[in-house]
Amino acid sequence: MTENITPALAKFIAEKILKQANKVIKPDEALISSGLIDSFSLMDLALFVEDTFHVRIEDTELNAQSFDNLNQLSELIAFRR
Amino acid sequence: MSTFSNLLQRSFLEVPEKISIVLQNAGRADTPINYRQLILGANRYARSLAREEIKAGEVVLLILQHGEDLAFSFFGAVLHGAIPAIMPFLTEKLSPEKYRADLAALISITKPTAIITSPEFEDEARSALMPGGSVRKVILTNKIEPEAIPDFNSLNGMKASPEDIVLLQHSSGTTGLQKGVALSHRAVLNQLEAYSKAIHLDPKKDVIVSWLPLYHDMGLIACFLLPVLMRVTLVEMSPFDWVRAPYRLLQSVSQYKGTLTWLPNFAFNFCANKIRERNLEGVDLSSWRAIINCSEPVHAESHQLFAEKFSAFGLRPQALQTCYAMAENVFAVTQSRLDQSPIVDEIDREVFMTQRLATPPVTGRPAMKMMSSGHSLANMKIRIVDENGQDLPERVVGEIKMQSDCMLTEYYNRADASAAAIKNGWYLTGDYGYTANGELYVSGRKKDMIIVGGKNIYPQDLEALASEVRGVHPGRTVAFGMYDEEAGTEEVVIITEADSEEPSEHELIADAIRKHVTKSSAIALRHVKVVGEKWIVKTSSGKTARSANKEKFIRELES
Repeated sequence: MTENITPALAKFIAEKILKQANKVIKPDEALISSGLIDSFSLMDLALFVEDTFHVRIEDTELNAQSFDNLNQLSELIAFRR
Repeated sequence: MSTFSNLLQRSFLEVPEKISIVLQNAGRADTPINYRQLILGANRYARSLAREEIKAGEVVLLILQHGEDLAFSFFGAVLHGAIPAIMPFLTEKLSPEKYRADLAALISITKPTAIITSPEFEDEARSALMPGGSVRKVILTNKIEPEAIPDFNSLNGMKASPEDIVLLQHSSGTTGLQKGVALSHRAVLNQLEAYSKAIHLDPKKDVIVSWLPLYHDMGLIACFLLPVLMRVTLVEMSPFDWVRAPYRLLQSVSQYKGTLTWLPNFAFNFCANKIRERNLEGVDLSSWRAIINCSEPVHAESHQLFAEKFSAFGLRPQALQTCYAMAENVFAVTQSRLDQSPIVDEIDREVFMTQRLATPPVTGRPAMKMMSSGHSLANMKIRIVDENGQDLPERVVGEIKMQSDCMLTEYYNRADASAAAIKNGWYLTGDYGYTANGELYVSGRKKDMIIVGGKNIYPQDLEALASEVRGVHPGRTVAFGMYDEEAGTEEVVIITEADSEEPSEHELIADAIRKHVTKSSAIALRHVKVVGEKWIVKTSSGKTARSANKEKFIRELES
């Protein structure tokens, strides 16, 4: 279910948020708790998810408890689709 | 001349039912607090400080999240005659070790005798304490004295003199935390008086809406002390809620008929770019009379974006205003005129860059727009001076120097830093700018400070952190800020020389720097570039020249 979600998320994060297009993001690498994605960029990620997968992530869910890595975010998206 | 405690007492007696603060938290009902409740809450803390034998004039650190305990403990310390200093709270992305080290460094200089914090944070606060150190008590929010009507005659704060220090204000990072700006009652109240006039403050009609953290001068002064002490209702949301849902600010303005808000420049871009219209259904912004852009360089383009996006919701474009402020002057130095949009000065780019002169644009040559930060408040004087301290004429760029009746008393326990910053009663701001027709245009900084989202960051802090990463050549790292037009603020760039020349190794080091610096400073890095030996430009004396490295980096980016 999540096979095409994860690469799209990884590409967006590397290119648009980290501005390091070649960076490989591991599916279980911590994104929020590690500070890799700061709170300002979290909004961008939520808007990208909404536009690309037509799934809404509420602002109260933008924290490491809701998802902290690509696997968890992909699952959340797949579950809501 | 009054003091904070006198004003609190009068509000308690004269306007007990007036709502002072409406606290907002995502997912919870709003909590209105009237003046009676605010001062009763503060008195619980004043009595707790007395119970713990904290003396008047001693510093009390407040390490608390957005909420009523922060407001109560701040004014409780004031009523007790102690000196409150609000510290940033530890966030999940910051490493506890680094937070502890910064806290310990602050304690060693500021020498507080008590820390007020929540039970969940007790262990963290205690771990920063040294045996034999200044802190005698850690006071927890769940062990506060019960409510009692204040006996103003017995409160130490009522005996304070206007010259006494009433609060300390720190900026962030290892360097910033070691320089607490000490402000007297007189300085703060002079500022509030002059600033209220400049913005035509009307306690009967105005409502301030804010998401700004209180450890920052704009949040603490304009969006906490100004409303509470001048009896203007404040609607206060958590910065954490705002950054995840910026539309909440606009919804609150609409709901409470908000009239005044202060925002750093990036927030204009952030709101304009990230808010979706479905979150603005029924929102009416016509009550908003001033949205004041302050605490980082102001950009006309940011105002334009904001006005275009929200005028459909009743926003008046003339509501967008500017201000130039610093903690050392309590807050505002200049303010734009609220009855018109800030003046935008169009100037010739090349003459400005090469000769530091603001001259009219010439047809066929690139021009640039400078937005005015307004004119000086009634109680301030500003001068633009060259490197020898000589006054410069209008339209010539120099360092901004200021004098007022609301300047800092000192950097607390830092006679060295105080002497360096204040000369013959004038404060050297370290900012560059020029004046024209009485308006101030701030154009840059002498100091290498980076300002991200209104937060001051010392590059030397970031460079020291990057140097701790394995594989980084010690002392060969440079950090600087680069303005990002889309974000409306500076983004942080770190360049470091590695021992290895392997690209794959460089990639690993870049990752490690990103993680380590962010964990240790809570600053997200935008560009991390690892380079081979001899990339970094040094001055003849061997110091890293940040501006030269920035120019080199931009040249490489563009090529």
